[in-house]
Amino acid sequence: MIPVRLLTGALLLTLGTSAVAETTLRIGIQDDPDVLDPHRSRTYAGRLVYAALCDKLVDVTPKLTYDPDLATSWSWSDDNQTLTMKLRDGVTFHDGEPFNAEAVKYNLERARTLPDSLRKSELASVDNVEVVGPLTVAIHVKQPDATLISQLSDRAGMMLSPKAAEGDFASHPVCSGPYKFDQRVQQDRIVLSRFDNHWSKAAYHFDKVVYLPIPDTSVRLANLRSGDLDIIERVAPTDVKTAKADSNLQVFNTPGLGYMQLIVNVANGEKANNPMGQDKRVRKAFELAIDREAINQVVFEGLYAPSNQPFPKDSSYFDESLPMPARDVEKSKALLAEAGVKMPVNVQLTVANNPIAQQVGQIIQAMTSEAGFNVNLVATEYATLLSEQQAGNFQIGMSAWSGRPDPDGDVHQFVTCKGAQNDGHACFPELDELLNKARTVNDEAQRKELYSKALRIIADQDANIYLYFDPRIIAMNKKVSGFVPNPDGIIRLKDVQFAQ
Amino acid sequence: MLTFILRRLLSAIPTLILVSLFVFTLQKLLPGDPVLAMAGEERDPAVVNYLREKYHLNDPMPIQYLSWAKGALTGDLGMSLRTEQPVSQLILSKLPVTIELAVLALLVALLIGIPTGIVSAIRKGTALDYGANVVALSGISIPNFWLGIVLIMIFAVKLQWLPASGFVPFSESPSRNLQTLLLPAFVLGTGLAGTLMRHTRGAMLEVLRSDYVRTARAKGLFPMAVVLKHAFRNALMPIVTMTTLLFGELLGGAVLTEQVFSIPGFGKMIVDAVFNRDYSVVQGVVLCVAIGFVLLNLLADVLYRLINPRLRNAA
Amino acid sequence: MTAFAPAAPAAVQPRLRSRFLQKFMGNKGALIGAAILILFILIALLAPWIAPADPLKANFLSVRKAPSAEFWFGTDELGRDILSRLIWGARSSLLAGGVSVAIAMAIGVPLGLIAGYFGGKLDALISHVMEALLSCPFLVLAIALGAFLGPSLTNAMIAIGLSAMPIFARLTRGQVLSIRHEDYLEGARAIGLPDRWIVLRYVLPNVLPPLVVQATLTIASAILAEASLSFLGLGQQPPAPSWGSMLNTAKNFLEQAPWMSIVPGIAIYVTVLCFNLVGDGLRDALDPKS
Repeated sequence: MIPVRLLTGALLLTLGTSAVAETTLRIGIQDDPDVLDPHRSRTYAGRLVYAALCDKLVDVTPKLTYDPDLATSWSWSDDNQTLTMKLRDGVTFHDGEPFNAEAVKYNLERARTLPDSLRKSELASVDNVEVVGPLTVAIHVKQPDATLISQLSDRAGMMLSPKAAEGDFASHPVCSGPYKFDQRVQQDRIVLSRFDNHWSKAAYHFDKVVYLPIPDTSVRLANLRSGDLDIIERVAPTDVKTAKADSNLQVFNTPGLGYMQLIVNVANGEKANNPMGQDKRVRKAFELAIDREAINQVVFEGLYAPSNQPFPKDSSYFDESLPMPARDVEKSKALLAEAGVKMPVNVQLTVANNPIAQQVGQIIQAMTSEAGFNVNLVATEYATLLSEQQAGNFQIGMSAWSGRPDPDGDVHQFVTCKGAQNDGHACFPELDELLNKARTVNDEAQRKELYSKALRIIADQDANIYLYFDPRIIAMNKKVSGFVPNPDGIIRLKDVQFAQ
Repeated sequence: MLTFILRRLLSAIPTLILVSLFVFTLQKLLPGDPVLAMAGEERDPAVVNYLREKYHLNDPMPIQYLSWAKGALTGDLGMSLRTEQPVSQLILSKLPVTIELAVLALLVALLIGIPTGIVSAIRKGTALDYGANVVALSGISIPNFWLGIVLIMIFAVKLQWLPASGFVPFSESPSRNLQTLLLPAFVLGTGLAGTLMRHTRGAMLEVLRSDYVRTARAKGLFPMAVVLKHAFRNALMPIVTMTTLLFGELLGGAVLTEQVFSIPGFGKMIVDAVFNRDYSVVQGVVLCVAIGFVLLNLLADVLYRLINPRLRNAA
Repeated sequence: MTAFAPAAPAAVQPRLRSRFLQKFMGNKGALIGAAILILFILIALLAPWIAPADPLKANFLSVRKAPSAEFWFGTDELGRDILSRLIWGARSSLLAGGVSVAIAMAIGVPLGLIAGYFGGKLDALISHVMEALLSCPFLVLAIALGAFLGPSLTNAMIAIGLSAMPIFARLTRGQVLSIRHEDYLEGARAIGLPDRWIVLRYVLPNVLPPLVVQATLTIASAILAEASLSFLGLGQQPPAPSWGSMLNTAKNFLEQAPWMSIVPGIAIYVTVLCFNLVGDGLRDALDPKS
């Protein structure tokens, strides 16, 4: 390592650029990413790092449309069975390997076949990848897949150097992004440095980018205020006032894609055998007893977006005609009376054992008690929460979803009969039909209609009760300029620089 | 002495085996599935199964334990489920941080504990003695993490003199390294200072009561000279022994302080590992802490024997 | 002969007791500590009657209000009265200290008695297991046990109790070994009294004093441990208050609502300090040397 450093140092000297001080951007992130391999990684924190480390075939814009990245253009065949992509010329990976159609084929194959790939379900529709020319690939799908482009705008579309991907990739990831991997100290830092052969290197301005995982939100902010960090993500809503009051800081508050929902166990084992699981009137009564806006005000300083559907307001699939029900305790009581259940209705609500989730849980507990529910709050550690919910050992579970740009990723796996995340085992065949169809339709208006119908079934059944969308709050030093926020909360470094 | 050390080391082996067995069983009893958490938001069942196979989590428990133990004997502590790094490498990267923090905390403890201990022994029964005692007990009684929070509130948030948290390696910047460790070392040190002060006081009182100090006094030597030259020197060894034991406690005891200050040491690693069900990391770290504990205990015993001739002959 | 054995401990006890009381009463720190603890215990017992408000009643209109005439210690993140939560929280914190030490003693003391009294292979086995438990860091053990049992106050108490148990086993064993060859035990054995009888009647009372001291000091560390586990989310679960869980939520509002973390922290500190003072007092009073 040292000789390499010396060598670069010498090169810099001879080039005469040593007079310019090295610029380092320090970004505070909430948690330590897991394996740095886009095909195998699962954490949101990982995606934050990939934004600088790896290029993708396409990128998603703040308006949730798709922009060229490594693919310069793409088109669907008339029968919607083939997606043809033209690739950017002159792109190399950090290790000098060329990027071309072969590399795309290799990467998509790897993402689909690696035994522990977490991208398999995202690319499930892909039948095979064909190298049409050196810079042209054709992706053949098993059935029309309207979500494919959106999948390629995230980790499934990230391109790794095929040579490096054959080796121990995670310990030294090699992609083609504007910054290349330097060093990682677990739970402490990930250091990237400028990639001088990047196809768009003029748009990237830092010599080094350092990601520092700091789990505590207030500590993250304190480090930003003291100047030890330049950018922090996931600022706590309660800290926004403080951050805004600091004349050295700027705050970006962007409506996000991620939402919180209550999942009711309606058919997963013993715990579903109760009025809450069996009678949708009881579930409706529960929903009507909740004041979403009050949760927003008390816990989130009014910065979150209360919602009763899984699509964000900015999405073109958001259904205006499905209003959020206002809190109505009288109606809630009436529904319970109509259902003829024994009062009070005992309900177990499982939440993660972090203060925010517990705070929301306690508010729900207080609100629903007025309608006649007796909520027993069960705080469970995250690792246990997942397995308990999957095993059906819950009545109502409160769980967060990070959100996807395409509507399918926000709803299909949660509410379809065999959905991987349908822990409550709710099953409504007509809902499956609508959502499966929406996957194959490329026309936006047609798709929207299908989703609208689906949302009505979900709202009527109340097996999934949506609560709110959390915004992506990013704060940075005022000297940082050029940042463009995106609903996905990912910090893209294009054109970001220190003000002169 | 050598046979004593050897005998102690031999008797430590079953202890260590028991520790590892115990931690292993406990972990396997823990609810929650590390693989489910690892399989990402989508939790693809095929991936879940593959990962279980890959990490041999489907094997019978005794086999899992034996293969771990076999590896451990050769220094291979397995792979972290979460980050896929060798556990031994993880431990080696965290050990210096924890040791540095422990050394600094001990330094704080010694600087506070010994002078107050001496003073309160000399001034036994006076207001000064009571005062020192309450301060020492306070150090033991204040919840570490709370003191940490309050200090962050004062020195980082309000005064902005010190960084709120995080860690800068010594190799990167010695001054910033010390800055980041100052508060956590202080927090940990105050807790130990209380224990140390009480031990110093006890040891000093014992020595001050002894004949030769009385003789020295009778010879008309200055009280201060008596205290430092004769009494403290004789009280020193039990203090050293105590310090060794405290160091052992620090290795595993900085859990919450590291958590509050986001110091990437042993404590933080193990809490994260327990919560993530990163079995091999928990297993490896506990084994290491236990070994350190056993060795430091042995060191304390050896030191104690060295200064206590009666015991030396008895062995 | 039968009269001799019980007479020995019985004879010394009255004298011991009066001397002990005299010495304990002379220790101002211990007295103050005991007085404050009694006050705290009373507060905890009388919580339903003296708490000014319902500790669970959320009031969304007065969230995180600073201390005032209406709310002496301010309100928390859900607008609940912190004073009331503090008073009710005394219950969980004191209970956690007491119950976990009771658990530790209930298991540790018998094990120590068995190991010390019978010796041999049983002793070796018990001692090794205790040694192994002792070389796992206390908090790590408690965290793992807490995670295993699931987050709740009861489970936290069990976890802390189990982690503190080896200290009692080791201490008891040491004490038993030191009196094992005392005349009255040899005598009792010689006349063929059953072991169980000897252990309960003669051994236990004689090893009790240091155990009482240790118990008092362990309550102090158990309260700290409960606070630590609650701080990590493994202790008392919401909405019920404990001082540690109050701190766990409060740490997110250091700047916006510092009173939320200051008040419960001081409560923990004072309680633990008092237990330590009383423990010290007991130790000095029971120490035959001083």
